[in-house]
Amino acid sequence: MIELQHISKTFNRGTANEVNALKDVTLKTESSQFIVVIGSNGSGKSSLMNALAGSIHPDEGKILIDGIDITRFKEHERSKWIARIFQNPLMGTAPELSILENFRLAALRTQSKKLVTGTTEKFRRRVQEKISLLNLGLENKIDQQMGTLSGGQRQALTLLMAVMDETKILLMDEPAAALDPKTSTLLMQLAEKIIREFNLTALLITHQLKDVITYGDRVILMHEGTILKDLNKAEKSTLQVNDIYSWF
Amino acid sequence: MNFYLSAILLGLGFASLALGIFITMRIFNIPDITTDGSFTLGGVVTSVLLVNHTSIPLTLLIAFSCGATAGAITGFIHTKLKVNALLAGILVMTALYSVNLRIMERSNIPLINVSTVFNSLSFISDSTSQQLIVLVSFSLLLWLAVSWLLKTDFGLAMRATGNNENMIRSLGVNTDRMKITGLALANGLTALSGFLITQIQGFADINMGIGIVILGLGSVMIGEIILKAIRVHKITLHLLGVIGGSIIFRLILAFALSIGIDALYLKLVVALFVLLVVSIPNLKRAS
Repeated sequence: MIELQHISKTFNRGTANEVNALKDVTLKTESSQFIVVIGSNGSGKSSLMNALAGSIHPDEGKILIDGIDITRFKEHERSKWIARIFQNPLMGTAPELSILENFRLAALRTQSKKLVTGTTEKFRRRVQEKISLLNLGLENKIDQQMGTLSGGQRQALTLLMAVMDETKILLMDEPAAALDPKTSTLLMQLAEKIIREFNLTALLITHQLKDVITYGDRVILMHEGTILKDLNKAEKSTLQVNDIYSWF
Repeated sequence: MNFYLSAILLGLGFASLALGIFITMRIFNIPDITTDGSFTLGGVVTSVLLVNHTSIPLTLLIAFSCGATAGAITGFIHTKLKVNALLAGILVMTALYSVNLRIMERSNIPLINVSTVFNSLSFISDSTSQQLIVLVSFSLLLWLAVSWLLKTDFGLAMRATGNNENMIRSLGVNTDRMKITGLALANGLTALSGFLITQIQGFADINMGIGIVILGLGSVMIGEIILKAIRVHKITLHLLGVIGGSIIFRLILAFALSIGIDALYLKLVVALFVLLVVSIPNLKRAS
């Protein structure tokens, strides 16, 4: 499914601020695998995700999705496979567009945006149905501007938007970090549900050790730009919070 | 009264430019001042073509395309050569001065005994009525067209580009290309204002675009103040507000002149007025 082959990335090469964000990272995922990525700050978790999404390009190595070499693909060209949820709940939606309009764009992630009006009655109903699953009462507010909603509401909608169009991979960089504990739990449960229901291959970066226990089929520990530990489902199931804590 | 009527006519003539500024400033968040050059370009091309008896629809099309090309060049310099948007606009605007002079081969072309978009309605004898009918229908069409465009899937992607670039890139939009297209559209609209104003005033002049960008800015902001007062978020009404803003701006200038302000100070009045319009919302927020 996803294959990273010997990926290296150095920022500010040749200066005093040189950072080896990724050092010869190799990773192969299975289809529909939900991987939790942990590691201290600056360990390369986000760089790994950015390299996959195409917002940074590795200096060395190859990235393949379903056997296709996408190393040189730009971010918008990779959107065919990849949907992304950011840590900042405001980053995944356009505040001045309505909920409906945001969903329309999300529904066209893998397609071209043509000169036709796509926010039809039929599409409205489809969005309303989708949103009603959240039980947040937002299905009657789809003409409201996204910017008027709370961070938690926006992040939940961003998750739904990710599966409005065909998706294979979902990248989540601390999606619940900016939310209160209750909303955060709800969001993670929603993410889990969506990942399973749509058979997505998912990468979740988190600092919540209990989330590492609760979610995912595999856990990866990153340290100074390399993968230090890689535990499969069976190994992961025996993990305790204290074990993980001791890795840091 | 005629004095205010001609202000309204000018306001309608500049509505297209105001819509162009709305697209760059509000939709894309790009301060584009190619405007000064592309407005003149629109006027210059119009005058040369009309004097050479080109048909009006063709003239309109060519004027729009010329403006759009200028905008696309600014967009290219900004996105591909990574030059600051403001500087990219200044560069193209400066270059256009020479281009415009080259096209005209002198600094001024009067439209004498030339058929214009206004006297094409020859069944109406009164020239002011002709102008009013043409300009109102033109603005109406423009409003409908831009409203439609911004509600299409393409238009949504355009609006999202200025609103949340990271998000729309992850939704598969090439934002560089989108910005180039947007700047082309905006400057095409600006050139259409040049097309109209040249025919309203009956001549094109190499200096007709100097400081014109402020008219667009002022119109957009007046429109927004009105919309804020009535609490409206719909994009179609927003565009209507911009067109209304353009007319109100002209009326205020006409009023300033009518109370005896020396025409010499007109640009100063414009600058002070726009400053007032821009700062009022900020002062309100601070208090």
